[in-house]
Amino acid sequence: MIVTGYVLEIAQVALALLLAPGLAGFVRWLKARFQNRRGAPPWQPYFELRKLFGKEVVMSNNASWLFRVAPYIIFASTVTVTLLVPMIVAPLALDGMGDLLMVVYLLLLGTFFLALAGLDPGTAFGGMGASREMTVAAIAEPTIALAIFSLALSAGSTNLGRIVTQELANPAVTVSPGHLLALAALFIVTLAETGRLPVDNPATHLELTMIHEAMILEYSGRYLALIEWASWLKLTIFFTLLANLFVPWGIATTFDPAALTLAVLALIVKLAVLGGIVAVVETRVAKLRLFRVPELLGASFVLALLAVTSSFLLK
Amino acid sequence: MTWLLVVMIAGYGIGAVGALTLGRSLFVRAAATSGAIIGAGAAFILGSANLLSGQTLTIQISDILPITGFALRLDGLGAFFLVVIGLLGVPVALYSFGYSAAYEGRYSLRLIGAMLNGLLLTLSLQVMADNALTFLLLWETMSLSAYWLVVTEHDQPGTLQAGGWYIAMTHIGFAALVAMFLLLSGGDAMSTSFAAMRANALTLAPLARDAVFLLALFGFGSKAGVVPLHVWLPMAHPVAPSHVSALMSGVVIKMGIYGLLRVTLDLLGGGPAWWGALVLAVGTVTALLGVLYALMEHDLKRLLAFHSVENIGIILIGIGAGLIFRSYGLMALATLGFIGGLYHTINHASFKGLLFLGAGSVLHATGTRNMEEMGGLIKRMPWTALFFLIGAAAISALPPLNGFVSEWLVFQALLGGFNIPVPEVAVAFPLAVGMLALTSGLAAACFVKAFGISFLAIPRSHEAEHAHEAPLSMRIGMAILALACIALGLAPFSVVPLLGGVLAGLGGLPDTRSVFTLDLMVQAPAGFAQVSPTWIGLGLLILLALIPLVMRLMHVNRKRRVSDTWGCGRIGQTPRMEYTATSFAEPLRRVFAELYRPTKELSIDFHPESKYFVKSIKYSSRITPLFDRVLYDPLLRLIQRISRQVRRIQTGSLHLYLMYVAVILILLLIAARWF
Amino acid sequence: MPALFKKIFQTGIVTEPLGPDEAEIIQLVGQVNQKTQRLLGRALAIREVDAGSCNGCEIEITGLTGPVYDSERFGIHFVASPRHADMLLVTGPVTRNMEVPLRKTYEATPDPKLVVAVGDCARTCGVFKSSYAVVGSVDKVIPVDVFIPGCPPEPADILRGILAALDRMPKKRI
Ligand code: SF4
Repeated sequence: MIVTGYVLEIAQVALALLLAPGLAGFVRWLKARFQNRRGAPPWQPYFELRKLFGKEVVMSNNASWLFRVAPYIIFASTVTVTLLVPMIVAPLALDGMGDLLMVVYLLLLGTFFLALAGLDPGTAFGGMGASREMTVAAIAEPTIALAIFSLALSAGSTNLGRIVTQELANPAVTVSPGHLLALAALFIVTLAETGRLPVDNPATHLELTMIHEAMILEYSGRYLALIEWASWLKLTIFFTLLANLFVPWGIATTFDPAALTLAVLALIVKLAVLGGIVAVVETRVAKLRLFRVPELLGASFVLALLAVTSSFLLK
Repeated sequence: MTWLLVVMIAGYGIGAVGALTLGRSLFVRAAATSGAIIGAGAAFILGSANLLSGQTLTIQISDILPITGFALRLDGLGAFFLVVIGLLGVPVALYSFGYSAAYEGRYSLRLIGAMLNGLLLTLSLQVMADNALTFLLLWETMSLSAYWLVVTEHDQPGTLQAGGWYIAMTHIGFAALVAMFLLLSGGDAMSTSFAAMRANALTLAPLARDAVFLLALFGFGSKAGVVPLHVWLPMAHPVAPSHVSALMSGVVIKMGIYGLLRVTLDLLGGGPAWWGALVLAVGTVTALLGVLYALMEHDLKRLLAFHSVENIGIILIGIGAGLIFRSYGLMALATLGFIGGLYHTINHASFKGLLFLGAGSVLHATGTRNMEEMGGLIKRMPWTALFFLIGAAAISALPPLNGFVSEWLVFQALLGGFNIPVPEVAVAFPLAVGMLALTSGLAAACFVKAFGISFLAIPRSHEAEHAHEAPLSMRIGMAILALACIALGLAPFSVVPLLGGVLAGLGGLPDTRSVFTLDLMVQAPAGFAQVSPTWIGLGLLILLALIPLVMRLMHVNRKRRVSDTWGCGRIGQTPRMEYTATSFAEPLRRVFAELYRPTKELSIDFHPESKYFVKSIKYSSRITPLFDRVLYDPLLRLIQRISRQVRRIQTGSLHLYLMYVAVILILLLIAARWF
Repeated sequence: MPALFKKIFQTGIVTEPLGPDEAEIIQLVGQVNQKTQRLLGRALAIREVDAGSCNGCEIEITGLTGPVYDSERFGIHFVASPRHADMLLVTGPVTRNMEVPLRKTYEATPDPKLVVAVGDCARTCGVFKSSYAVVGSVDKVIPVDVFIPGCPPEPADILRGILAALDRMPKKRI
């Protein structure tokens, strides 16, 4: 039983690594279709990864060892998060290793090193990206914390496995106002943290409007592959959090093969639905001016605060 | 254990005396360093031994002080702070050996060495003081020795002014402490021992207890650097020698925390919920304002000083939450809050000490504290850069380092807020959660700036270009603290139960040693949540080893070529093209413009022939901190106005002064007659 | 919002075949799939360098990314930094001011890489020939794999040129 648990952990990491490029590609494909284009097939990012791993690395002569180490730290910290987030089964064998706060701060670890790597070559674009990324990350933080508070309030724990099992046991919680408000708040934060419109345009070529892309302009080859993969993985993680913390059905609570298969299917469907929503949003909205982003995040903070107060009053 | 105490005092004593009496400056430095290492090492061992065994050590020397004598007693709380002092004292002493070499011939090495030992001695004894007189005496000696160390570089601009602010604020606080002890002892000179006060506190009227608490918060708050009493901190820390800054930030201001805990929790035995709510509110404001002003700061040491303000705020959030829970009888949660606060205390001592030592090495190498003149140091001072990076990641609460663990504990305490039966109080907790999260997010942003601008990219000045690595003693000093940051982050499961033991019995808190232990994990009460930084750290390490391995197995292209930085094809890259610290902080400055109220000045110098040609553009922008604006500036103006009035009666004429004396004398005689 | 999406669905996909006859397109797509799959993993990142063109060529290249030609369906996309690129698409005669930047861009691109010179100017300097501001054709500055003739060439031609360049790939080291 215990061994199965650990095997499942590893299987889940592999699944996340496998699904992540597909999810990013799916969103891109759907957006292309919304632009009346044929677009690249959803599996395009896999080809990109393979190509990048086959290319050489060109490094700036100003960059230091930090620039070389950062991709590994970013990738490792993001992969570690997938050990903690219940994707197909809850609770995970390693559920006690980390809770939602650990997830948030591990992701911050990646952001921290990405921003430093942006500053390392000494270009103006890298610095600009780093500054913006950290600004957005810092302002998004309180919303995440409050959303966690509101989830913890109804589940009685911040450990993800416990939140999911509590909700499965007590489905009424998932439609409580506190929950729905927290979902809305976390959705806005997801857009901001994963660099989607209206905060950041993942398809931009104009350096002055970039956030995420500006930091990685200097990266190439395998380093770029690791960073891109990690950012797709981050998208997958945030989607999974939205999906499984707020609509937990489908996730397996036993190690029964049938339940697990169903859980994988459910996960893919949920990710696809969220990807569809994001594609619709990205088609509909324009990118916000950088200095309007705090207003958006401020709104999400208010939503999260309302979520906590309402879970408080209705408890 | 008494012999350890003797070794400790003897070590500091030898260090101080040796520094004062030896001849050659090398010997002076060696004596001061070795004495301080022996003393601080003994303090560390004494504290740890006490924590592990749980015994209390009591020593009473009646003849030194009048009335109650010189009384020392080392209990768990004191022992914990003693460990903090020792943990920081040893590396700081080692570091000072290399650092003060540059002072030779400019400032008195003897004074620095002796005062360093004196400061460490008074700090180490401070946490053992067992009566009011001993406490106040040591408090004052500590403040004064710290003052002498702060004004070491007395000929530098701003140093004496900073010293002045420090000594003024600390004495305002001291006055509050005297009043507080007077109230606590009930005016009876014989009952100034802490044991008597503990008994006396129970019989005090509620109003008097409130007054004691408020005086303690004010008096100790001024030492700890609580907003709005923090103004001296960002002035005094930067001008002090860097190892002194580390000591000030790491332990001297922590004495404020120690005092607050000692009085509110131990002597008063806790109080009503509004005490905790006040501490929580003050802590939240302190944390947020501290980090917000740190973001705007481009003097590396001032930036760190503002972060000390922030971290004191985080510690107070934990303590405030603990006090609130205690007043509602939620003892397990209360302990969690206090443990969070205490854990953050030792964590802050280690990472802030490390960061100040790192900043000192940079100052040592480049001669500047201005981040805009640094850059590229990671290649010139690789060790310092690595240590500073560890400190920066730790203070940004990134797992698996120590900052994360203590912030997690504080978060968990705050998340327990819904257990409080009174909604008005409970609603404060989510707000505190939000503000704490904002604080830690901003801190991460600030340290990306601090490390990124100072250490990465290309040097922005000649000095940075020719920087050199710090000498060995300084590097070892930093290495010890870096290891402490890692160890405290990876092994919280062994620290948390110890802290539970420290708190057991204080203010009626239960012994929670068993509640919080779990193998390699940290757990909030009632199984609310658990994390294991140990396993996460291990997982990260395994992955970091595994990724390159897998990549090699998959035949990933391993070629690497070094080329020019990509700058859209422009010919050369100069430091002027880099992002600066100011520009890095610009988005946040706009976001929080309401608070900063920046003033901008733009002057353009045109060519005399045509205004289409610009000769030079000068842009300057300044922000005045909120409390300078609304509190201190008006206050100083008022004092100046009063002083001007007073000056009128002070004419310099001896006859007039004699007349004043006579008049006062007569008035006093009449008054004495009257009453 | 409903109006927007109604319009999107009514319009349908507008991406057009590349040439006048269908067989050619099928062949072309087949080629792209085979070649790029093998060589550049069916993901080709292009950095465009305007070395001094009149912008006529740029307008045609921009057409590639639009819904009608939609180069992305073949996994060809444009990137913001030569560090991310596999191919440089150079237009125009190389002017004095763009000589060093062009060289730097080439240096900044990681191997394996390709260079495609677009337009008559890139090969012969066109109408700008023997201007004092022009250094010469693109291949005087960096090695070129394929020239695409035309003033300006059509998007379909450019796509064909890109394919031809991919054909040369095995001869270069990979
Ligand atoms: S080839 Fe023609 S369209 Fe292209 S740059 Fe030259 S002149 Fe302009």
